[in-house]
Parts: sequence; C-alpha cells; structure tokens
Amino acid sequence: MQKFRQLTGTAAPLMRANVDTEVIIRMDRLIKYAKGELGPYAFESWRYLEDGRDNPAFSLNQPRYKGAPILVAGTNFGCGSSREMAVWAMMDMGLRAVIAPSFGDIFEANCFQNGMLPIRLPDARVAEIAAEVEATEAPQISIDLEKNILVTPSGKSIEFTVDPDRRKALLEGLDDIAETLLFEDEIRAFRQDHRHKRPWIYCYD
Amino acid sequence: MSARTLFAKIWDDHKIRTIGDGVDLLHVDRHLIHDLVAGPVLQQLRQRGLSVAAPELSWATPDHSVTTRSRLDRDGGNDIARKLVTSMRTETERAGIRIFDLGSEQQGIVHVVGPEMGITLPGTLLLCGDSHTCTHGGLGALSFGIGMSEVGHVLATQTIRQRRPKTMRITIEGELSPMVTSKDVVLSIIGRLGTAAGQGFAVEYAGSAVRAMDIEARMTLCNLSIELGAKVGMVAPDDKTFAYVAGRPYAPRKGAELEAAIDYWRTLPSDAGAVFDVEHVIATDEIAPQVTWGTSPQDVIAVTGDIPDPESCRTDVARSGTRAALDYMGLTGGGKIAGTPIDWVFIGSCANGRISDLRLAASVVANRKVAANVTAIVVPGSQQVKRQAEAEGLDRIFRDAGFEWHDSGCALCVAANGLHVGPGERSVSTSNRNFVGRQGPRARTHLANPATAAAAAIAGTIVDPRDLVN
Repeated sequence: MQKFRQLTGTAAPLMRANVDTEVIIRMDRLIKYAKGELGPYAFESWRYLEDGRDNPAFSLNQPRYKGAPILVAGTNFGCGSSREMAVWAMMDMGLRAVIAPSFGDIFEANCFQNGMLPIRLPDARVAEIAAEVEATEAPQISIDLEKNILVTPSGKSIEFTVDPDRRKALLEGLDDIAETLLFEDEIRAFRQDHRHKRPWIYCYD
Repeated sequence: MSARTLFAKIWDDHKIRTIGDGVDLLHVDRHLIHDLVAGPVLQQLRQRGLSVAAPELSWATPDHSVTTRSRLDRDGGNDIARKLVTSMRTETERAGIRIFDLGSEQQGIVHVVGPEMGITLPGTLLLCGDSHTCTHGGLGALSFGIGMSEVGHVLATQTIRQRRPKTMRITIEGELSPMVTSKDVVLSIIGRLGTAAGQGFAVEYAGSAVRAMDIEARMTLCNLSIELGAKVGMVAPDDKTFAYVAGRPYAPRKGAELEAAIDYWRTLPSDAGAVFDVEHVIATDEIAPQVTWGTSPQDVIAVTGDIPDPESCRTDVARSGTRAALDYMGLTGGGKIAGTPIDWVFIGSCANGRISDLRLAASVVANRKVAANVTAIVVPGSQQVKRQAEAEGLDRIFRDAGFEWHDSGCALCVAANGLHVGPGERSVSTSNRNFVGRQGPRARTHLANPATAAAAAIAGTIVDPRDLVN
C-alpha cells in the first residue's frame, strides 16, 4: 500500500452532507474503466454540465482549487455502497486526504486500504477550516500524520487522531494480508476449536 | 458473565485475538462473492502468489452485471457481464469456490441466495463485498459489507480485521396496517433519525413489530440498515428463524445436528439487562406507506404527504440541500406527492425481490393493467424465487397486466446490466437507494414498498396503494 506521512497542498471545499459513493463514481463508469482511469469520472454528476463542459459551480473545477490533493467535506462523506472504486476515482483525480466530521464506515475502511487519509474532526472545526479555505486565495493545508497535526491556511495547528493500527499501516505502508498471515497458526487453531464447538457451520463438507 | 447483546455474543465467539486498540481479528464463517468482485480479486491474489485459505467457506453467484431481460446466454448477456462472469467462472473454479452460475436454478442476488440456500445461519459471521450484506442480519447472523481489498483479505486469511462498533437498539412496537411493510418501517426510521445515525453502530431491531414480522420482512428491515449509516443490522433468531433455516441445502441436517445448532442459537438473543450504547423506540401506529421525494433515503414522507417546501427549512444548508434535491427530482415543494406522473416501475432487488414481495405486488396488480407510457418490470431476486412465483401463477398476473417478467439479478437497482432509467425519467422502485444517478444518469428514483410500486404502475402516478385497492 502507498505510504502516507506528510502532505502539503491545496485544499478544496465540498461542504455537502451525505455525499454518497454513487456520486463519487457512477456504476456504469466503474464497470467499464480500470483503476488509474477513473479520474475524469470522479464526481461527474456534479462536475460537468449536461453538454459535458466543466461546471464552474463545482469547487474542484475552479482555478484556485484545481488539482487539490485535500478535500474538506461535509458529514457522512462516502455513505452508500461499498465500491472501493470511489476511493480509486478520487485518488485518480489527485486527492490524497479528506477532512470531514464523519465518513461512511465502509468508505473509511476503503480509504485506509489505499493510502488515502480520512481525518475526522468535530463539525464546527471542519466548518471553520472550510470557511478559511473559501476565504483564502490559494488555500494550502499541511498534514503531518507522524505528529497527528494539520495546519490550516491561516497557520492554525489542529490536532487530529486516527486509529493507531490504521495510522501505523499508513505510515509504514503495511499490507493487511501480510500482517494477518503472521497469525496463521493461531487462525488455524481457532478454526479447529470453532469447528469442534459449532460443527453445523461446516456440516455440508 | 454480565448481560450481553446479540451482537456481542456473536462477535466474542468469532474473536481470534485483539490486534490493536479496540480492533479485533475475527473468524469469517461465510463469505459470499459476486461478479463485480470475484474475478478481479481472485486474479490479484493469484498474481501475488496467495492462495484462498478456506474455499469451502465462500460461495459465488453473478448478480450485479447480468442481463435479466430475456437472458439468451450463460455469459451474462452483455459485454461487461461477459467479461466479469467469464473471469468469475474461471477464477472460482481454479480456487475451488462453489458457484451458483448463470443457467443454474440457484443463481440470484447474493443476499437472496445466501438465506434461501441455507448458507446464512444465525450466529454466523458472514461477509460480502457489498454494502447490503446487512440483509443477512434478518436471520440473526452478524453480517456486514466490505470493500474489495477486504474481500482479498477474507479470501487469503478467512478472517477480517475490524474495530468493534458501538451498539444501538431500535425497539419497534405496535402493529402494521395493511399495505404497510417492514420497508415502510425502516424508511420511516431513516427519515426520523437520518442517514448518518447508524454510523459506527451495530443495530439490533427488537420489539413486538419485529417479532411479528416473517423472516423475509426482517431481511428487508435489516437490508436498509446501511441507509441508516449502519454496516450491521440484526434481529434475534427465534422459532420462525429456525423453521426458515431447517431443510435448506447448506443448513445443518435435520436431527442431532440441527438440534445442536438450535440449542446454541437459542442462547444468542440479547440478555435482559444488556446495555446498548444508544436506544430508540419507534411506534408503528402512525406509519403509512412511505415514498422518497429526494436524493437520499432520508428524504422520505408518507405517500399521503406533502413534498417539503424549501422555504420552510430552518437552516440555509437544509434549504439549499432541499432545493438541490427537488431540482434534480423535477419536483416543486409544497404540493402532494401523490399524483406525480411516472415512467418506470421496478419491483425486485435485495430489499424487495423475495417471494413475499412478489405476492404483495401481485395482489395489487391482479385484474388491472399497467398505465400507458409506464415501463413496469419485475425482476425476481433469484431463480428459485422466479420458479416459486411461476408455480403460484404470479408471473401470469404480472404479464397479463403488462409487466415484463425477468430472470434474476440486481438489474435496475444498480443499473450495471445495461438496463437504466433514462435522463429525467421518473421511477418508483422497491430498491434501497435513490442517490443521484443510481438508476442511470439523471434518473429520478422514488423508493417505495412493493404494493406502492405496483399501484404506481397501474395508476401511472405515485399513488397510495390503499386508495387503488379499496
């Protein structure tokens, strides 16, 4: 997995609540295009006008936010379907971190599997950051996962927390499967015992 | 031991070890896999030199991309399905994973097939790379959706790393009036609590209304847990659950094996005095058939109700959100939702594609005709549901009325098989998501129960099914 340690870059606001994974990447695109090709289709329902031109009202189309690696988003970001391609599409368009009050549970897990950092902060904090981003001509945010600190466009330092095991995996680029296979013997022993106690789970063999 | 919840009992029985602060490694008893995930993930594992740890604990069936309208071939019926189904077939065979393939009588939507094949059992930990895996909680399984990387992890290790969620109990008391279903109950809960309320929680549904529900209704209830924000939704197993499970192909064999299983299953319901992190109590008396008006499942009202007026919203954010949703939906705030003309009706999906759903819809459709200009389709949730419906003559009722009668798959719920609602067209759908573009680019979706959807097909507009039938 791609490591995540520090990131400094433009931040773009997308302050709608309940942005779902369907809006992030449409089904007809994700079944047609591979990882690496999804960037142009991320957020397409909002990003383009009916005639295919960029929608100037969509923040990431505006010159000052274009190519931003950081998104400041509303509550319950990434709710809906489990499609991991939502994270791929966002990464394909250059995003590496999302700051929001909360995330859809499966989306958040998918972020950690791909080296994208989801940062949870209280509602009011996210609103403040979004306001700063909107009020700044070239809004930059710095994120330091080693120190668990981000610096807003005005220079304010904000502490954040990330699940310790997820943080470690991001910092070191660990692979979950390899990590779990270290417990292979324990898993096998557990299954033997489980099978002995609850044989009906395996009874059709 | 102190009083424990249903959720805690199953979690604890599957915990192999703690691997971090609040994070456990859990054993996965059952893993279901569908066409969007199977080929790509299995291929990737192979390329990494990893093998499937326990192929006997995974089951595959193609559902998302397969053509359902006149399925002419065993390869999915469209170019994308052909690619996905072919690789699914090759890769599952290579890995030794059972597949309910196209052309077999067991194929269907994973969340319909799992329970009907007896793969889904109370007290099991069941996963699938699909967010509606919460459906299986209707039988008292601990089940949740995972992403593709996690599917790879399950296949390679037969385990999942997971942060223990908090617990929520939603106690639902009262009776349901005719034409009001568990779909309406859960939509109305989502409307009241919002689509983020369940985030980070495992939800248990309890109370007299839930105990009175049959198993299929409980699956529908649990199916929309993810629309409440919760990965996990579950109902305590009881005698109805045991009767449902008994005799199914992968269920414990009748006799000593089943008896032993039932003895264990009886220990699972939450103990009296078990503490939940959050509790809600809902009364069913006031619940009418529900219909969504916007682009989130929480945008829901009674079919007798008024479309919200953005001007009466309390905050700027709510006002602009409501305005954007109404604009997308082509609706004006303030008036009745009933009477809104529609173009499509879809009856099916893992929410409402089971035999009881088709029976309810058929009871509304019988001796009536689909309105001109409405395309109405029924997509049974599985081939077994299809055959059962045909044995009962339900297909005749639907066909005679002017409905299309399809083979099974996800079809118009997720619009991945070539079937989609056109731009600006309006559909009443028994599925679970009304997101922007869900049923096709610029498609407008109203979620409803099977009776309401069937009634809309007849009337050509959104209508209270009770008005149509009486």
